[in-house]
Amino acid sequence: MWALLIRDLRLATRAGGGFGLSLAFFLIVAVLVPFGVGPKAATLALIAPGILWVGALLSCLLSLDRIFALDREDGSLDLLATSPIPLEGVVGIKALAHWLTTGLPLAAFTPVLGVLLNLPAAGFGPLVLSLLIGTPALSMIGAFGAALTVGLKRGGLLLSLLVLPLYVPSLIFGAEAARRGAEGQEILTPLLMQAGISLGTIALLPFAAAAAIRVNLR
Amino acid sequence: MPDLGKYAFEVLSAYAVSLLLLGGLIWISLRQSARMRRRLEEQERRMNRNG
Amino acid sequence: MSLWEYANPKKFMALSARVLPWVTGLAATTLLVGLVWGFFFTPDDFRQGSTVKIIYVHVPSAMMAINVWVMMLVASLIWLVRRHHVSALAAKAAAPIGMVMTLIALITGAVWGQPMWGTWWAWDPRLTSFLILFLFYLGYIALWQAIEDPDTAADLTSVLCLVGSVFALLSRYAVLFWNQGLHQGASLSLDREEHVADVFAWPLWVSMAGFGLLFLALVLLRTRTEIRARRLRALEARERMQ
Repeated sequence: MWALLIRDLRLATRAGGGFGLSLAFFLIVAVLVPFGVGPKAATLALIAPGILWVGALLSCLLSLDRIFALDREDGSLDLLATSPIPLEGVVGIKALAHWLTTGLPLAAFTPVLGVLLNLPAAGFGPLVLSLLIGTPALSMIGAFGAALTVGLKRGGLLLSLLVLPLYVPSLIFGAEAARRGAEGQEILTPLLMQAGISLGTIALLPFAAAAAIRVNLR
Repeated sequence: MPDLGKYAFEVLSAYAVSLLLLGGLIWISLRQSARMRRRLEEQERRMNRNG
Repeated sequence: MSLWEYANPKKFMALSARVLPWVTGLAATTLLVGLVWGFFFTPDDFRQGSTVKIIYVHVPSAMMAINVWVMMLVASLIWLVRRHHVSALAAKAAAPIGMVMTLIALITGAVWGQPMWGTWWAWDPRLTSFLILFLFYLGYIALWQAIEDPDTAADLTSVLCLVGSVFALLSRYAVLFWNQGLHQGASLSLDREEHVADVFAWPLWVSMAGFGLLFLALVLLRTRTEIRARRLRALEARERMQ
């Protein structure tokens, strides 16, 4: 399992692996927003937590179809399916690798963008914290979506359509925590709710994703 | 025709849109059903003829 | 002889051919009675004026929007557990109907909200939940259309339906947490306190029955189409083999 994780990390970080791509995308989204809504500091501060959450979510989406598609093309997915590791475990590892290469860097990168968008000082901690808690769920849900569409030629667009509605609860609680943090209110309730969603998806979705992969490999 | 008062436009458009959408759904379902029935009959006839 | 007999496509076709005209007739009658009664023969509400008449399309379609999804969930489970093709095809046949019902509920709600709340759209929990439900229908239908092999498509959409149901419920409560709404409580409930008055309730019950029957008729019709499509596919494949 370690070997699989390290292999996936290596594949993602080498040239053409798309590691920096989602970060760059995130940066561009954050830069474009002020052009759209105007440079007023007060307006930006108001919407910064939500924009950063939506931006992180969209950047996460970019690299989802890579989770299984490459392995499917070169046949290593069949090998993984017949290997002694249960397929559920493989899915979990893949989601973890995806999180380590997108969710974690995105959360670490967010404070920089927070400065650009004039995020109130009190908002940085809650925003990063809510991203750290919420992005694992995004990766896991994304892995499920990728498993559903792995057999399709052009699954990328469909993948977004399937995955985005599933992201709604995570986004609501995450952005709520970030917003409350920025306004100096208590953030424990939304964070706990979000932690619950993340843990629930990590516990249950590998089974659904593995079932989908088995169907697709049939 | 009942007197709908100042909300006549809202009420009528709500009914119109609903009936239009339902009508469209029914029409599409019927058309698909008829076309599929025809294609299947054709296919069965051809296969019976050819053995 | 059990209910599962009708999971056999041939039996289903025979039964549905016999039942369909009756269901259609009944649906047309109840729908006509309910809507005509509601539109022409109910008084105006003292606060909402004549807009109260929208209730006779809004509430039944909203109810069906949710019920259709539940029916798809049950059908998907039956397919996953017992592998009855009719079940999977019925779920496929139901999805567009559910989507149209959701759309009607959203549009009539917007038209109603405009004079009552002063806005076409508010990010109110119920409205938002329905919008999310609409997105789920879209994704489900798109997945059916994207996959060539019918059995693979049935399996994957069933899994999506199960997972989607859980997330739809989650979203429902997340949205409640996110914003308290403008929308009034349930229009019909056994609890007398928040119930609408009897003059409005009776035609509403009839309309709801009408929408339910209409759904039944449409789902039978569309499932028959899907079964024929499946048979046509099989015949064409056999012809190519020869």
